[in-house]
Amino acid sequence: MSFFKPKTEAVAPRKAPWAEKYRPRSLGDVASQEMVVETLKKTLQSANLPHMLFYGPPGTGKTSTILALAKDLFGPELSKSRVLELNASDERGINVVREKIKNFARTVVTTPPASAAQNYPCPPFKIIILDEADSMTQDAQAALRRTMETYSKVTRFCLVCNYVTRIIDPLASRCSKFRFKPLDETNALERLQYICQQEEIAANDEVLSRLLIVAGGDLRKAITLLQSASGLAMGSPITVGMVDELAGRVPDAVIDSLVNSISKGIYKDIQQTVDDICLEGFPAAGIVTQLHDKILTDPGYNDNAKSVVSAALSEADKRLNDGADEQIEILNVAYHMVNVLKV
Amino acid sequence: MLWVHKYRPTSLESLDYNEPLTETLRRLADKEDFPHLLVYGPPGAGKKTRVSCLLRELFGPSALKIKEEQRVLQAGTRKFDFVLVSSNHHIEINPAEAGNQDRVVVQELLKEIAQTQPVDVTAKHRFKVVVINEADSLTRDAQAALRRTMEIYSPNLRLILLANTTGSIMGPIKSRTLLVRVPAPTTEDIGNVLAKVADAQDVQLPQDDAARNQLWQNISEKSNRNLRRALLMLETMYARSEKIDASTQVPLTDWQLMIDRIAQSIVKSRTVQQLASVRKDYYELLTHCIPETVILKELLFALLPRVSAVAGKNIVDAAALYDHRLRLGNKGIYHLEAFTASTMRILEEA
Repeated sequence: MSFFKPKTEAVAPRKAPWAEKYRPRSLGDVASQEMVVETLKKTLQSANLPHMLFYGPPGTGKTSTILALAKDLFGPELSKSRVLELNASDERGINVVREKIKNFARTVVTTPPASAAQNYPCPPFKIIILDEADSMTQDAQAALRRTMETYSKVTRFCLVCNYVTRIIDPLASRCSKFRFKPLDETNALERLQYICQQEEIAANDEVLSRLLIVAGGDLRKAITLLQSASGLAMGSPITVGMVDELAGRVPDAVIDSLVNSISKGIYKDIQQTVDDICLEGFPAAGIVTQLHDKILTDPGYNDNAKSVVSAALSEADKRLNDGADEQIEILNVAYHMVNVLKV
Repeated sequence: MLWVHKYRPTSLESLDYNEPLTETLRRLADKEDFPHLLVYGPPGAGKKTRVSCLLRELFGPSALKIKEEQRVLQAGTRKFDFVLVSSNHHIEINPAEAGNQDRVVVQELLKEIAQTQPVDVTAKHRFKVVVINEADSLTRDAQAALRRTMEIYSPNLRLILLANTTGSIMGPIKSRTLLVRVPAPTTEDIGNVLAKVADAQDVQLPQDDAARNQLWQNISEKSNRNLRRALLMLETMYARSEKIDASTQVPLTDWQLMIDRIAQSIVKSRTVQQLASVRKDYYELLTHCIPETVILKELLFALLPRVSAVAGKNIVDAAALYDHRLRLGNKGIYHLEAFTASTMRILEEA
C-alpha cells in the first residue's frame, strides 16, 4: 500500500516575498494608522460596517487593513465565501459590475457554521473589496452607485485607491472615507525590526532608518528593499551604501558633480556632465528630486536663486511625468540654473 | 550572422563589464526567493543580454531554447493576434506591439501563465519568468493590471521588466520590484569588447596602442557609448575595408547624416524658404519611420556644437518645450517645425 501513502519527502517551502509573508494577519498587527484601526476595531464589536473608501499613498497598508479586517470579522474559512476581492488585474468593465458584482452582492447571507460563529463576530453581510478602484472607468463606477444602495442590507463595499479624486463624487459620498497617511518612523521601524528578528538579519537602526528614508513612507518598498539587501549581503551585515544602490537613489557624489559643474558656468562642460549622468542610467526623476532637496535646503543660496531653481524643477518634473526625454530635460534644468548658481 | 548576435554573451561568466552588477545578479539567481526585477538603463548598455544570461543562470541552458508562438487574444468582442517568444521556463512579451490593447495582453497572458504550475516539483526554481520588453511604454491601465497580479501569483511567477527609464513606470510597480540599473559601458569597456570581437574576426587593426585607442575612442563617441551601435559600426567599417585604422571614417546611418545636414542648413540660412525645405526633409525622415522624438533629440545635439553658448541655452529650452509637446500631441511634424522656426529666431536674435 506504500503507493498510496502520502509522500513525506519534504518539498522545500515556497519562499514568498516578505511583503506578502509579513502582511498583518489581524487588525492589531497593522503598523501605524491608529485612527483607522481604532475606528475599524469599534465596528468589530458592533458588527456594523459602513461602506468604506480607503485612500492614501502606496505601501501604507490599505489593502492589508481591509484583508485583516475581513479575517477578523469572518475567520479564515468563512471569509472565502463572504469576501469578493476584485482588483485592476481582473476585468472590471461595466459588464462585470452589472453581472459579477451585482450577483455576488444580491446573494443571501448564509448562517455561519458553528465553528466560525464561536470565534468570530460573523456579521450578517458580505464584503466586496474593489482594490485599485481609481483605475475603474467612470462608467463602471457610475454603474455601482445604485448597486451599493440596493444591496446594502447584505453587502458592504470597500473601495481602495491611491487618488481619491479619481473616484466619482456620488460613490465617494456613499462611503466613509479613511485616509491612510504615510507611515511615521517609529511604527515602521518597529515593523522592520520585527522582520529582521524573524529572518535573523543583521542590520542596525541606522540602516533601517535609511531604508525608511529612501522608501519615503512606503512600508512595502522598505520591506522589499530589506529582503533584496539581505539576499545580497549573504549573512554579512547590511550597509547604508547597499540600501542606496538597491533603491535606485542617485549617489550624492553625482548630484554634487552636477551642481559643481553648473556653478562653474561653462555650458559645454555642463552638457558633458549631463551626458555622462544620463549614460550612467540614473533616473531623471530621482535627479530632479535630489537636486530639489539639495539646493532648497542649502542656506548658502539666496531666495531668488531658490525660486528660479524651484520653477525650473517643477516644470521639468511635470514634463518628465508626461514622458519627455530625460537628457533634454536635465540639460534644460541645468542651463536654467546656471545664472543663479554661478559663482 | 551579425557580430552583435554572434558575440553576445550567453552566461553570466562571459559578461565583459559591470562586474559588481554581474555579481549581484549571480547572488540573486542563487537565492530561492528571487524578486521581481525592473532592469533599466540607456539603450545598448546590455540590459537584454544580462537578462538572458540571468535566465540561463536560473534555469540552465534550456532557457535559451526559444520558440515563437502566435496567440489569439480577445479584447471585448474583437480578436487580435499577438506574438510571444517562449522557452520552457520563461516567456518574453512586447506589450507595446498590442498598442492600446496591452492591458488585455498583461491580464490574459500573465494570468494564464501564473495559474499553471510547473510540473517538476524538484526543480530549483518553481516559478516561470515573464520578461516584459519596453515596459516604459506600457499604458497606465496595463501597469495597474500588473500590480495585484505581481502579488497574488508571486509563488508561480516572476516578472522582469526592461525599460530605458523608470520615469514612466508608476510608483506602485517600482515599490514591488528590485531596481537594477545597467549603466552604459565606458569608453574603455567598449574598446575592450571591440578589440575582443575584432580579434576573433581577424580584423586588421593598427599595430600601435595609441592609434588603436584613438579608433575605439572615435567609435565610442560616435555611438554615444551604445555597445550595440558600436559593434554594428565596427562591422560596417570592416565590410568597407579589411584594414581599419584610426583615420577610418566612422560610418553614421543615413538618417543621422541627414539630420546633421538639416542642422547645418538651419545654422547657415534662416529664411522661410529654408523652413519649407527642412520640412521636406522631415517628411522624408518620418516616412522612413524615424520617430519624431528621435529626430528632435538628434537635431538638438547636432545644433549645440555649432551655436554660441547663450543661443544654445535658449535652443535647449525650446527643445525641452517641443519635446514635451511631441509626447502629448499626436501630429509630430507641427512641433518639429515649431522647434525649427524658434531655433531660427533664436539664432537670428543672438
